Amino acid sequence: MFCDVCQSKEATVFLTQIVEGKMQKVNLCESCSKEKGVNDPTGFALADLLLGLGAAQEIEKNPLGIRCPVCGFSQTDFKKTGRLGCSACYDAFAEGLSGMLKNMHRGLIHTGKVPARLALVLIKARELASLQQGLEKAILEEKFEDAAGFRDKIRLLESEERKSGESNLPGAVPDLLAGLNRLSLVPTEETPPKPGQKS
Amino acid sequence: MKLFAIIANTGEWLSGSGPHDQIVVSSRVRLARNLKGKPFPGWAKKAERVAVLDEIRGAVIQLPEMKEAFSEKLEDLSPLEKQVLMERHLISREHAAKGAGSAVVMNTAQTLSFMINEEDHLRMQAIRAGLQLDEVFAMINQADSELEESLDFAFHNELGYLTACPTNVGTGMRASAMLHLPGLVMSEQVNKIINSVNKIGLAVRGLHGEGSEAMGNLFQVSNQTTLGEAEQEIIGRLNKVIFQILEHEQNARQILLQQRAETLLDQIGRAYGILCHAHSITSKEALNLLSFIKMGVDLGLFPGGNRLQVDELFIETQPAHLQKGLQAAKLGSEERDSLRAALIRTKLKKMPEPEIGKIPTTPPTAQSPTSQES
Ligand SMILES: [Zn+2]
Ligand SMILES: [Zn+2]
Repeated sequence: MFCDVCQSKEATVFLTQIVEGKMQKVNLCESCSKEKGVNDPTGFALADLLLGLGAAQEIEKNPLGIRCPVCGFSQTDFKKTGRLGCSACYDAFAEGLSGMLKNMHRGLIHTGKVPARLALVLIKARELASLQQGLEKAILEEKFEDAAGFRDKIRLLESEERKSGESNLPGAVPDLLAGLNRLSLVPTEETPPKPGQKS
Repeated sequence: MKLFAIIANTGEWLSGSGPHDQIVVSSRVRLARNLKGKPFPGWAKKAERVAVLDEIRGAVIQLPEMKEAFSEKLEDLSPLEKQVLMERHLISREHAAKGAGSAVVMNTAQTLSFMINEEDHLRMQAIRAGLQLDEVFAMINQADSELEESLDFAFHNELGYLTACPTNVGTGMRASAMLHLPGLVMSEQVNKIINSVNKIGLAVRGLHGEGSEAMGNLFQVSNQTTLGEAEQEIIGRLNKVIFQILEHEQNARQILLQQRAETLLDQIGRAYGILCHAHSITSKEALNLLSFIKMGVDLGLFPGGNRLQVDELFIETQPAHLQKGLQAAKLGSEERDSLRAALIRTKLKKMPEPEIGKIPTTPPTAQSPTSQES
């Protein structure tokens, strides 16, 4: 039987914990068990092993834990069960989760299927994020003409968004735009016509 | 439709055929979804779970592919019925343990099943015979797209589909194939393979038991990560690895035939002898011996032999399946062992005796897996 952590060495240390009334077994090799300090089997957190290195410590950084404002689930509950309370927990515990997700997965951004209903909004959000990046970079490099181009494209996207009702776009843009307008080095241009659209 | 009326028929994933179905028993893709703004099943109160169940079940039974579906609350199924569904891989062990507020819906072909309020609000899977992960993904993806028209699934712009456990977030997809690898087990290469596959972020585990202790030499290969790659990328990576394992298994069988033919034929012959004459046999021994018969059929040692009969025995000899026709109270393990032996004797009587005398040098129906890879 191989070690559950490094998957390469023969397991010699066998641990069992009751989690959520269920038996969880972890098998470790000599070196991984030392590294994880499981000589004292009561003192180690199974969450570490199941959820990646340092998971338990990361959660413990917030003593008493944050609670999810939507469902009331606490970090302690998460540490105990390895499960979250509701979809809003992902935002409530975002800080502690990101390190954990990094250990678990091959990336931190979902690149797969998007529900059709959200696809348009998401494409816009991604487009806006990349325009924002371009705007920040242009300002930093003092390429104000480029910056004005980005600003106009962002405004166009935003006005479309306002027309279509609720805004799902992040809120950082107005601040940046305000800063850019104060610089007032470039005149505000007319909204450029969309390609294929008669002006 | 009653459950036992449906499962009287062997599921399509077992009786059907598909590419490389000698070695790849079945392909399965499961998607995890949750309703926006509702607590996950493990944290929800009973009334909340029941409301989620009603909403999801209502949508699922409207699907065109779920006409005449079997739909039942877990609390209304007997322990035996739940175990039969588990042995057929139509519900999970975790789901079988759930009570009020959980349900299962499946189609009559047993290719699509929906577990409501398992660890997530909805876990839906498609399963088919042989290596056809792309096809089963297309099936379940279609069902998902139809469902999202009426159900508001929890979706995060960066993290994708949100799940109760962070190990499933992103695609919410677990794709897996069940492989029969007696050649790699006999030639003691299976642990090496498990090890190297684990290193690239995929998991191989015994279907019943771990590593070389896997009963019936059945293994499951699946993706471990769900975030950072699109569904098709994950399946592509999985397909590549499965083709490699397929090739290794075929090579291992060839080498066994060339270098250890006596041992191989001895094992198959003994397996046949014991299975034809035993009067009491445990599930473990039965699976291990059936694995040799299955390989013998693949190698052409049972001319005219019907592989389906052997494949069905892998499922039919499981504890709940043995008892499903009986109205009697739950059988003890000794009674099950003799019932199992009797079932195997009857079924194998219809099989011709192995032609152990002539050793084929190439498996008659084996194809080169790499030729189909592109
Ligand atoms: Zn280790
Ligand atoms: Zn929550």
